Amino acid sequence: MRVKLDSEKCQGHNRCYALAPELFDVDDYGTAVLLIDGEIPSELEDKARLAVANCPEYAITIDED
Amino acid sequence: MTIDDVRQHRDWANDLDHADPEYNRNAPEVWEHLRESGCPVAHSDLYGGMWAPVTHELVKEVAYDTDHFSSQGVIVSNARPIIEAPVGPAPPITSDPPFHQIARRLLLPPFAPKQIDPWEKEIRTLCRGLLDEMGEIDEGTTIIDAAVQYAQHIPVNVIARMIGLPTTDDELFRGFVHAVLEAVDLPAEERIAAIEPLAEYLDAKVAEHQANPRDNLLDYLLNVEIEGNKLSSEHVRGSVLLLLIAGIDTTWSAIGSSLWHLGTHADDLARLVAEPDLMPFAIEEFLRAYAPVTMARLVKEDYDFHGCPMKANDWVLLPFPAANRDPEEFEDANEVILDRKENRHSAFGLGIHRCLGSNLARLELRVAVEEFIARFPSFELAGDMTWSVGQVRGPRVMPFRVLKVNPAHTGS
Repeated sequence: MRVKLDSEKCQGHNRCYALAPELFDVDDYGTAVLLIDGEIPSELEDKARLAVANCPEYAITIDED
Repeated sequence: MTIDDVRQHRDWANDLDHADPEYNRNAPEVWEHLRESGCPVAHSDLYGGMWAPVTHELVKEVAYDTDHFSSQGVIVSNARPIIEAPVGPAPPITSDPPFHQIARRLLLPPFAPKQIDPWEKEIRTLCRGLLDEMGEIDEGTTIIDAAVQYAQHIPVNVIARMIGLPTTDDELFRGFVHAVLEAVDLPAEERIAAIEPLAEYLDAKVAEHQANPRDNLLDYLLNVEIEGNKLSSEHVRGSVLLLLIAGIDTTWSAIGSSLWHLGTHADDLARLVAEPDLMPFAIEEFLRAYAPVTMARLVKEDYDFHGCPMKANDWVLLPFPAANRDPEEFEDANEVILDRKENRHSAFGLGIHRCLGSNLARLELRVAVEEFIARFPSFELAGDMTWSVGQVRGPRVMPFRVLKVNPAHTGS
């Protein structure tokens, strides 16, 4: 599984950072930053799905292999 | 009111008035009635013309469309803003692109999560102090007011400290909030006059801080620069006005509505007390179901919006709380599900104007609910409550009978 973050869509709601801090950080402006640019460790897959399901701007998507 | 009474009360589809006290009292029923009657965009001739989409899809469309809709006015009233786009009277909430982003980027860093998190301890101490001030509580007998004695004091104290305004002026600030957000149906001239004392107060405070610099948000705004230039005094005053007004009764309402839910749903209260791990999800669910803030836009030029003939300078209400109850976007939208795992609610708006203070609001809401139920693990609504009037929706009077006090939860 891979996670994609569309920075153009992100408005800084910070839901991903709250729910999956292993996968997302936020910069000084509150914009999300993806921490893992490759394959997501299997133990973090649920958290990745949670981040997708709670982004109000639909800025996060998942590529299932 | 039953949904039938709501239907009978007024013609919501063609004569909507969000300042009718029955609107906030029965808002979920009004939105459901509008959606069921096939009217996704309500209209009114009040306020010089007003529209109100009630589905998630249409609210989102307006929020994203800065070409046709301006933010220079965000509170519907009979007046129109005096300071025009792109800055507007309270930047950045009243600013349009491209100036909006410049004004917003100045204020984003102080409200980013890592700057806000350290306030948790102070907020917790404040909440415990308010609970202590309620005095001796007899289980099953004592009635407290969770809006008047608790919720209304929390955000005003925190934002005053952040900005650098005296917390002892809190009663005055609540008066300003009432003038700006609730007294919206006055004639234009009376409304402008009613807001004048707020502008005078802020001008005096800005002058005080200029003469005697301190280390807080007001001073930050006085010193920060855009391309080598300090902000105009109108910009500083407008941003302080925004932080003060937007930071008070919004979160006060969210705290009140969340506690109202718990005071009227004993099963959910017991579950949340027993399963504290639910709290992060429960807070988001309260924000979804009881989102306090409806925003507004002004139509820039005559525009046909899905068959609605909008005229230049018409208002468009943006009821994010209605979007949050849209069954097309949320499963069991009218049910409060404490552990809802899929929750793309828009309590803090959508698009470029996402609430700047959302991290602070979430922190205050979570700590306020945690501390209240830690002190009072069982309570129930014990009388008539009063809801606010206008674009911010929340309890203003809310008597609770305390059924259980936790003796181990002590004050500050």
